[in-house]
Amino acid sequence: MSLSQEQVQKIAHLARLGVEAQALDTYARTLSDILDFVEQMDGVDTEGVEPMAHPLELSQRLRADVPTETDQRAHFQDIAPAVEDGLYLVPRVIE
Amino acid sequence: MEWETVIGLEIHAQLSTQSKIFSGASTAYGAEPNTQACAVDLGLPGVLPVLNREAVRMAVKFGLAIGAPIAPRSIFARKNYFYPDLPKGYQISQYELPVVGRGQVDIELEDGQTRTIGVTRAHLEEDAGKSLHEDYHGMTGVDLNRAGTPLLEIVSEPDMRSAREAVAYMKKIHALVRYLEICDGNMQEGSFRCDANVSVRRKGTEKFGTRTEIKNLNSFRFLERAIHFEVERQIDILEGGGAVVQETRLFDPDKGETRSMRSKEEANDYRYFPDPDLLPLDIEPAFIEQVRGSLPELPDEKKHRFMNDHGLSAYDAGVLTASREMAEYFEQVAAAVEGQAKLAANWVMGELTGALNRESREITDSPVSAEALGGLLRRIQDNTISGKIAKEVFEAMWAGEGDADQVIEGKGLKQITDTGAIEQVIDQVIADNPSQLEQYRSGKDKLFGFFVGQVMKRTGGKANPAQVNDLLKQKLS
Amino acid sequence: MHHKTLAELAAALGDGKVSSVELTEHFLRRIESLDHRLNSLITVTGEQALETARAADAARARGEAGPLTGVPIVHKDIFCTEGVRTSCASRMLDNFISPYDAGVVERFKAVGCPVLGKTNMDEFAMGSSNETSDYGPVNNPWDTQRVPGGSSGGSAAAVAARLAPGATGTDTGGSIRQPAALTGITGLKPTYGRVSRWGMIAFASSLDQGGPMARTAEDCGLMLNVMAGFDERDSTSLERPAEDFNARLNTTLKGLKIGLPREFFGEGMDPGVARVIDEAIDFYKKLGADFVEVALPHSGLSVPVYYVVAPAECSSNLARFDGVRYGYRCEDPKDLMDLYMRSRGEGFGPEVQRRIMVGTYALSAGYFDAYYLKAQKIRRLIADDFRQAFGQVDVILAPTTPTTAFRLGEKTADPVTMYLSDIYTIAVNLAGLPAMSLPAGFSEGLPVGMQLIGNYFDEARLLGVAHQYQRGTEWHQMAPAGFE
Repeated sequence: MSLSQEQVQKIAHLARLGVEAQALDTYARTLSDILDFVEQMDGVDTEGVEPMAHPLELSQRLRADVPTETDQRAHFQDIAPAVEDGLYLVPRVIE
Repeated sequence: MEWETVIGLEIHAQLSTQSKIFSGASTAYGAEPNTQACAVDLGLPGVLPVLNREAVRMAVKFGLAIGAPIAPRSIFARKNYFYPDLPKGYQISQYELPVVGRGQVDIELEDGQTRTIGVTRAHLEEDAGKSLHEDYHGMTGVDLNRAGTPLLEIVSEPDMRSAREAVAYMKKIHALVRYLEICDGNMQEGSFRCDANVSVRRKGTEKFGTRTEIKNLNSFRFLERAIHFEVERQIDILEGGGAVVQETRLFDPDKGETRSMRSKEEANDYRYFPDPDLLPLDIEPAFIEQVRGSLPELPDEKKHRFMNDHGLSAYDAGVLTASREMAEYFEQVAAAVEGQAKLAANWVMGELTGALNRESREITDSPVSAEALGGLLRRIQDNTISGKIAKEVFEAMWAGEGDADQVIEGKGLKQITDTGAIEQVIDQVIADNPSQLEQYRSGKDKLFGFFVGQVMKRTGGKANPAQVNDLLKQKLS
Repeated sequence: MHHKTLAELAAALGDGKVSSVELTEHFLRRIESLDHRLNSLITVTGEQALETARAADAARARGEAGPLTGVPIVHKDIFCTEGVRTSCASRMLDNFISPYDAGVVERFKAVGCPVLGKTNMDEFAMGSSNETSDYGPVNNPWDTQRVPGGSSGGSAAAVAARLAPGATGTDTGGSIRQPAALTGITGLKPTYGRVSRWGMIAFASSLDQGGPMARTAEDCGLMLNVMAGFDERDSTSLERPAEDFNARLNTTLKGLKIGLPREFFGEGMDPGVARVIDEAIDFYKKLGADFVEVALPHSGLSVPVYYVVAPAECSSNLARFDGVRYGYRCEDPKDLMDLYMRSRGEGFGPEVQRRIMVGTYALSAGYFDAYYLKAQKIRRLIADDFRQAFGQVDVILAPTTPTTAFRLGEKTADPVTMYLSDIYTIAVNLAGLPAMSLPAGFSEGLPVGMQLIGNYFDEARLLGVAHQYQRGTEWHQMAPAGFE
């Protein structure tokens, strides 16, 4: 699997990564190498094998429906890049 | 050319849990921005989700109510996309294995027909926060209080063929979630909202047309208007030789039109995959049975009971069970006038609903309680007042002038049932209208009504109408 | 003082031979004078450490001390520490003062362990050489021209150089064991779910596991006794009764069945490493252990599987770093897209971006089945191989790494070559098993690590097997020149 620079750009956009034009070539090469490498998987017969998303075969534990958290807005917003009136600010969102 | 509309709805019902679906933050509405967004809701580095048992219970409740299978194992998946109101860059939802499988609901149309609408699935997911577009120096403000509120997304089959059917279906689901007490149904606060998938196709064809998705409709009226507009728009395009573009659209209630959403322009690739922070949700049969045991009487069951026990028509029973509150109100009134459920039904659907609608009030804050209305109807039942006077009494009760007995007493509206007194008035009326008497006796039967009217007028409407009828018939013959 | 193990320091504190303040000051002085040669710490938290040390001494005076009270440690900078920068060695989090503590951090706080600082690592734990750190690479104390391994390279170097008696690490594909091997220390990756992931910044959630790094197995057991335990905030945390992981240190190895996976002894292994492992096998034979060859036929695919699963999870886990609520935000974003693209493009280093892209691709429409789903299926085959093997044997022995520490810059240009340095460690993460690395000798002056892999929940047995080796060998006592 060989990725073109355009494909890399598309993936980078989907992942919201602003990649510099001069870096595209390196990414295209290394990503292609990695995809080539992982293609070894194709040789394995996985017919009927259940995918394994978790290392342990356990079920989800359930929490009691009780509010336990208190307001920590000031504490959390101390580290925020831009806030006003308790809101996080972002460049204008157009719907 | 005849067109057929095809509609499917994705309803989002906020589950009325105390805390969020994956965190211990409160879900109470209306708090100051970001004061109910805890570390998990903010997606701080290193935080993890733990599932709320009550949200699961509520989803199961809904599934049982629509006759759907409950998945013994369901999986939470991540839906990946970037948006400022989505703190983690993904929404935890269910994709391949939802908790509630295929079910169905019946809707009644105004012509009395019933249609069955398929519910494809219902799944648990987390709500996003809110973007506030007021101007902050050209910036948008983000409030994450709502982020992580549990949602049940209820996906219908494309089974609806008109805006009316879509509205009837949405109302049915609305009633259902409120009966089940799993959602407060408050549409203004966004607790109950839907996305509508709309397409048109030529009548008689099987293949669906290209659909558009109208996002975030939070009233029945908007749903209806948005579909009407969208259907017209699509037909115009197709008849003009164009093609409908599959896209996400937004309804503007002020303009009454839908428009393409710029922010959703790009084709989304959500890259769903199982959330590795959450394990499979296994629901034991015992849990399901426990929930089944807690189910209240559902709208359709209630409707049939009203028809069987109270002898109501399907239409009346349908109207009265449209909301749990209305049904409960009716049942209280009906209990006060045993054997006269139809009287109770007429009053609840007539005077009461009319008055509520006039003032845009909910039945839960009606100035006339079910108990008070029952008291009024008892006075009709025991002949203290006539039905007509009762309307006057009702108005006074609505205006806060006291209960039925107080109003009747205070205004002297008690019905005249003394035969002698009524006869006296009849005699006077006959004496005062000789020419009408003659015409009546010469065969003009219609004038009977004139005499009733005159008697009622002279008694201030208080004479018992049945007695007036009987006595007049005797005297006039 | 700094040559003493954690257990010995704990004993010295208990006997009143030294105070926690003295110990803490001693290690802080070593950091100050020596770490410029290693760059093992991103943040030094001397004042807080001394404060904790004073409280620990006071607690001990009141008779309220536990086994590790007052013993200083360092945390990998992937664990959130309230009020202290938690950078994950990324520009993205250079300004991130965590508003809360990780579960592991809370546990060491509760015991009263002074925290000397936060250790350097590969950015977001993505790397095998500690060269992807935004704070510069860490040097291996045995040869400062060489890498210490990664991603817990700072923790490994700090312990090897005696700048701290113990360190926390995390292991997603070998990030505790591989640097432990390359720096000549002991490190344990517990069974998945043993150690809370709450507050441990996620790289690949289904693989990440925190664990101890120290000089000996006994020390690792002492630390694991603090670190492990149920945490209701982590849905994948194991609900198991508390356990003393050092309970089996002195259990005899007579009749112990040790498996040798033939796939781990094939091509690509450095002859020096092979020799050291052979000697270790002989040693265990003398202790009465029996060796059996076992087959792990799918383990050869563990690296490709890992490089689909881990990037897929990381591409989603790292989506939260968007410049909105915390962390790096680009200057003057012109619109929302620009905010995302530049904050993430400038905030993440190249290896992190590469992995996010691999994962994004593997999950995207049309590729999901061929990559992600395929990988998760082979993952099950890999786990099943181990299950079968543990039907025959008690533990599995293998090299930790195919080679000793490589030179700085040697593998940075070729990601796949770098990824292959974790070839012996990754299968364990995919299966969720416990495993450790312990020093087993030297090849051309560089430490060689031996890996012991256990069945699920079998940490205590692993530590015992390792301890019996360390009772009869001195490799774990060797100190790198210049750091004595």
